[in-house]
Amino acid sequence: MLLIYCPYCQVERAETEFHCGGEAHIARPADPSKASDEDWVEFLYMRTNTKGIAAERWRHNNGCGRFFNAVRDTVSDKFLKFYKAGEPMPDLEAIAKEAGK
Amino acid sequence: MSQPFRTEKGGRIDRAEQLSFTFDGEEMHGHKGDTLASALLANGVHLVGRSFKYHRPRGIISAGSEEPNALVGVYRHGDQTPNLRATQVELYQGLEAISQNRFPSLGFDIGAVNDSLSRFFPAGFYYKTFMWPKSFWDRVYEPIIRAAAGLGKPPKNPDQDSYGNIYAHCDVLIVGSGPTGLAAALAAAETGAKVILCDEQAEFGGTLLSETSASIDGKEPADWVTETIAKLSAMDNVTLLTRTTAYGYFAHNFIALAERVTEHVSKPDPKLPRERLWQVRAKEVVIAAGSIERPMVFPENDRPGILLAEAGRTYLNRYGVKVGHKVLVATACDTAWQAAFDLADHGVEVAAIADMREAPPENLVSIANARGIRVESGCVVTGTLGRKRVKAALLGRLMTSGQVASAGQIECDALLMSGGWTPTVSLYSQSRGKVVWDAEKGAYVPGKSVQNERSAGAAKGLYGLQASLEDGYAAGEEAAKAATGKSAKVTYAASTGGDAGSGGTLGAIPHDRNASTVKAFVDYQNDVTAKDVKLAVREGMQSIEHIKRYTTTGMATDQGRLSNMNALQIASGALQRPMTEVGLTTFRQPYTPTTFGLFAGVARGDFFDPVRKTPSHEWVVKNGGVFEDVGQWKRTWYFPKNGEDMHAAVARECKTVRDSVGLFDASTLGKIEVVGPDAAEFLERMYTNPWKKLAPGRCRYGLLLNDAGYITDDGVIGRLADDRFHVTTTTGGAPSVFSTMEDYLQTEWPDLDVWITSTTEQYAVAAVQGPKAREVIAPFIEGIDLSADAFPHMSVKEGTFCGVPCRLFRISFTGELGFEINVPRRHGKMMWETLAKEIEKYDGTTYGTESMHVLRAEKGYIIVGQDTDGTVTPQDAGMTWAIGKKKLDFVGKRGLERPDMIADNRKQFVGLLTKDPKVKLEEGAQITAAGNPATGTPAEGHVTSSYYSPALDRNIALAVVKNGHALEGKTLYVPMPDGSIPVEVTGTVFYDKEGARINV
Amino acid sequence: MSDLLASDLITPDAGESPLLNQGSVSILKAAPIARLSFRAREASLKAAGSVFGAALPTTPLACETAVKRAALWMGPDEWTLLAPEEDLKEVFEGIEAKLGDEPHALVDISERSEAVIVSGEKAVWLLNTGIFIDFSLDAFPVGTVTRTIFHKSPVMVWRTGSDTFVVEAWVSFMDYVAGLLVQSAQELEAA
Repeated sequence: MLLIYCPYCQVERAETEFHCGGEAHIARPADPSKASDEDWVEFLYMRTNTKGIAAERWRHNNGCGRFFNAVRDTVSDKFLKFYKAGEPMPDLEAIAKEAGK
Repeated sequence: MSQPFRTEKGGRIDRAEQLSFTFDGEEMHGHKGDTLASALLANGVHLVGRSFKYHRPRGIISAGSEEPNALVGVYRHGDQTPNLRATQVELYQGLEAISQNRFPSLGFDIGAVNDSLSRFFPAGFYYKTFMWPKSFWDRVYEPIIRAAAGLGKPPKNPDQDSYGNIYAHCDVLIVGSGPTGLAAALAAAETGAKVILCDEQAEFGGTLLSETSASIDGKEPADWVTETIAKLSAMDNVTLLTRTTAYGYFAHNFIALAERVTEHVSKPDPKLPRERLWQVRAKEVVIAAGSIERPMVFPENDRPGILLAEAGRTYLNRYGVKVGHKVLVATACDTAWQAAFDLADHGVEVAAIADMREAPPENLVSIANARGIRVESGCVVTGTLGRKRVKAALLGRLMTSGQVASAGQIECDALLMSGGWTPTVSLYSQSRGKVVWDAEKGAYVPGKSVQNERSAGAAKGLYGLQASLEDGYAAGEEAAKAATGKSAKVTYAASTGGDAGSGGTLGAIPHDRNASTVKAFVDYQNDVTAKDVKLAVREGMQSIEHIKRYTTTGMATDQGRLSNMNALQIASGALQRPMTEVGLTTFRQPYTPTTFGLFAGVARGDFFDPVRKTPSHEWVVKNGGVFEDVGQWKRTWYFPKNGEDMHAAVARECKTVRDSVGLFDASTLGKIEVVGPDAAEFLERMYTNPWKKLAPGRCRYGLLLNDAGYITDDGVIGRLADDRFHVTTTTGGAPSVFSTMEDYLQTEWPDLDVWITSTTEQYAVAAVQGPKAREVIAPFIEGIDLSADAFPHMSVKEGTFCGVPCRLFRISFTGELGFEINVPRRHGKMMWETLAKEIEKYDGTTYGTESMHVLRAEKGYIIVGQDTDGTVTPQDAGMTWAIGKKKLDFVGKRGLERPDMIADNRKQFVGLLTKDPKVKLEEGAQITAAGNPATGTPAEGHVTSSYYSPALDRNIALAVVKNGHALEGKTLYVPMPDGSIPVEVTGTVFYDKEGARINV
Repeated sequence: MSDLLASDLITPDAGESPLLNQGSVSILKAAPIARLSFRAREASLKAAGSVFGAALPTTPLACETAVKRAALWMGPDEWTLLAPEEDLKEVFEGIEAKLGDEPHALVDISERSEAVIVSGEKAVWLLNTGIFIDFSLDAFPVGTVTRTIFHKSPVMVWRTGSDTFVVEAWVSFMDYVAGLLVQSAQELEAA
């Protein structure tokens, strides 16, 4: 059971309080009517499924209810960063480097 | 009764308290403090079971949880718990144990014929023997395998015990309480850190409990243990757990412990759980799990009476039990010598010490000489004799040529062996650490820490009492510092004796016997011999992972803690590759077998899952309603009257609703209050329908899609004020709709000034449906003009019901005049009872979910999740009317425009009428164009809903069919085992097509 | 009881017998109270707090209490406001009037949940049979309030004293939550 830090509650809690929401930073096109079919399919279905350092969405659904993002090494399950929704995607390469990956 | 192998004195058993127990029905005696294994040995019983494959007689080999042979069944509450390790079963008065894997008896076992037939059961025989003919599999092979396979028998009755759970946090978790673990606990506890110390045994102390030839701070090691534990238990920051196995090391320093609470008690208090699962989040972990002695792989090394040397010493020093009267010690390392010395000191005849090393340490030899013990160096055991217990061993002399020359036979009634020591790296390995080969120690030891843990003492291959203590202190200090930043000064205890010793061997012991016929066991429990491992290599298995699975070596309950290193060495020899290149299998959770009861915990019976009830529940129970489970909710399915069956009850309920009035509990529907200046804008974006122009006091049916364009939920939404909406969702969809809304609000449109709140349980909801609905509710409603003009279909208003505030909706899921009354939940019971009484005046009925389904199907209303399956669009469902045509965007709009969403051949929602009105289709049945389609013909669609319609007095169905909308009036077929059923494709509305009944 | 937070607000339901009353821990049903979910942006907090009578805390998991009022932090833009039942209308209308057109959402959730008061030296132990939170006082000081999971049920836990917790669950989950608490406490009665 993972240990997850909620950047809103500012505490670490067990995974059972959270729900993983998949890859982070996939924005819904601002004007969907202008999106091509390919763009829309990309938005709906295409995910990188990273083996290694990846940013993903989590929701503290049995806590404050907030969505936030986390950088996790999908191989080791180590979390490397937690940040609030709306904050820009951190430099994953720099984080990976710092983590010695 | 006599215990012929009990020592005169010594050991930690309570000689004053004698306990009686039975093994296979035979009564024996032991003492408090015994394990079943030590008590059996005290009674001279070595033969305790039959092996898995060859049914060979097997005896106790170890004194710990790694025991591969002595698996027994123990009775509790009249049922037996199988496969308990006798070495871990604590003796109590009246304990009843039975041996396993034998028929008809342990002494005479028919399955033992497998042993003589063993040439037919080589490694991988499962994969070879049962290959053909294929038809034999079901009828012949599988029943035979099933009958023969497995150890022990599962209990037959429901588990009568309870199981506890506790979540715990600590700074430092210490696993193991030998010298290293205790020292670590002292050091960590002294800093004030929160410490949990656990040990799988009944007492703390580990090897110190059987160490009689050393001293710590001038005390007997066992006394030092007692003092140390007393000191630790006096500290508030320390939790001490005996009988507690750390069986799983998971991500983020999450460790699972299994505490056996009453397993060792004769008459357990029913209030206590049998076992307790500790789910521990530790900031730091000290793994002080010690090491395990390795068996020597010589021919016939599995006879009862052959034990690990340290186990023999433990039985002697800790339990006061002599493993035999004449004991041969075979070893490749120093530590076993102490076992011989201790036995000799207790008056046991030591037949010889056979050390395979050419020159064992001189000091040991001289001690042996002083005790008059015969010492054979450069000497190995090449075989053993005796059927149910070893009675002699064959010795062999190691020649410089590498050959072995016979060195005669030696009588003995027990044989202690030691191939050296293997550090217990299981937990480290579970923590995802990679072990590294330490050539000097001849062992795999923990490498870099992946999580916040460190192995200490023997668990990392560090031996010797003083070294273990010092490493323990250091590990405890380091762990506490890492967890809390604090340190404290601890005085290290000083010890004498308990020296590390040297030596050890890996792999098969050379011998002069016929290699093709003798069996030298590598994995006792799974009956894997050295020969099997070599065969696996010959047959092409290159990786240790393949060898493991082909031979099943290391797949027994000890996960190869006894066997892995020997198997690796044998495989490495056969592969002619260095051992380090052969690889090592991964240790996985659980460390020792763990019960299902422990995992299930409280999640059983009434508490398997929350059972959610509505305020009408009590009334329904009293009035004979039948419930169905809808997710966690109990909903009333139907209300049988006067012995009606379901069909009759539903027919009556439906008819009554259409003729007069019905009362239905709609409390479980999801309710979300959407509030804020941007509430309408938000709903506009979420739902397909337009909301901005909906006037307060009015409702609209809302259809919710996902961004792919598929229907995910629906419900009526009422506007209470400009900035306040009352949204309803399906019962099952409530949490996901709420979460989806939060997702869009928080992450896509955080600028919107609107908030959502779940009010599902704030209100109890009664639906009153039918021509008499208005008359039924009128007497109780105040503050709302119920006339058709003032309160038309799709209205909502706030008023009171019997004086309590209510939100009244005029909506219908039946096609009849209908109202849904929302009152604060605590008044739900009153509302239900009031209305249930009132409808009697109109010969009305309460109705359940089944009638609700029928009534809505007659009207062609979809049920999301039944008529839709996540691939149905509004167009498919014939619901384009629900889409706000002028809206620029809503969730799903863009998805609906993708080419495949508007392509031909999509499955569309239609009605079906069987040509024979009496025939009812099966929900889920496939639909074809031809009456007798050829095998492999793809279906045109399937039936989603099917009911008998009382209003039409015939069966009706709803379905999704390819291009269904264009097929109205056409005939299709539903092929069933007893013939194809012709059906006519129709519209989805079967009853009151004009919708006149709703607007009255 | 007086040293407990909000002891004038969270009181045992006099009409109910204790679910459990045992030397080391008791479980009592709490009397009904008014609960309001308040959602707003930071700019509106001061005004809302002033009319409510207790400030709306901005520290995560914190609470503010005043005479017969308590404001519980539920999320960065979400508070649960507690008041005696009879004050519901006054509080609701007071906040609505004060905030006027300022964006906010106020929803009555009084009936949505029920609460039990778990109290005694074994209270922490009992909660930990189903909740994976470190309830040591330094990690979860008096006044801390949080939503979490008790076995399979969502709950809210509010520490109102060093040995006293208010455990709230949606009404239909309360049988499960209270039932399991009582069942798990059984072993404390063992010899």
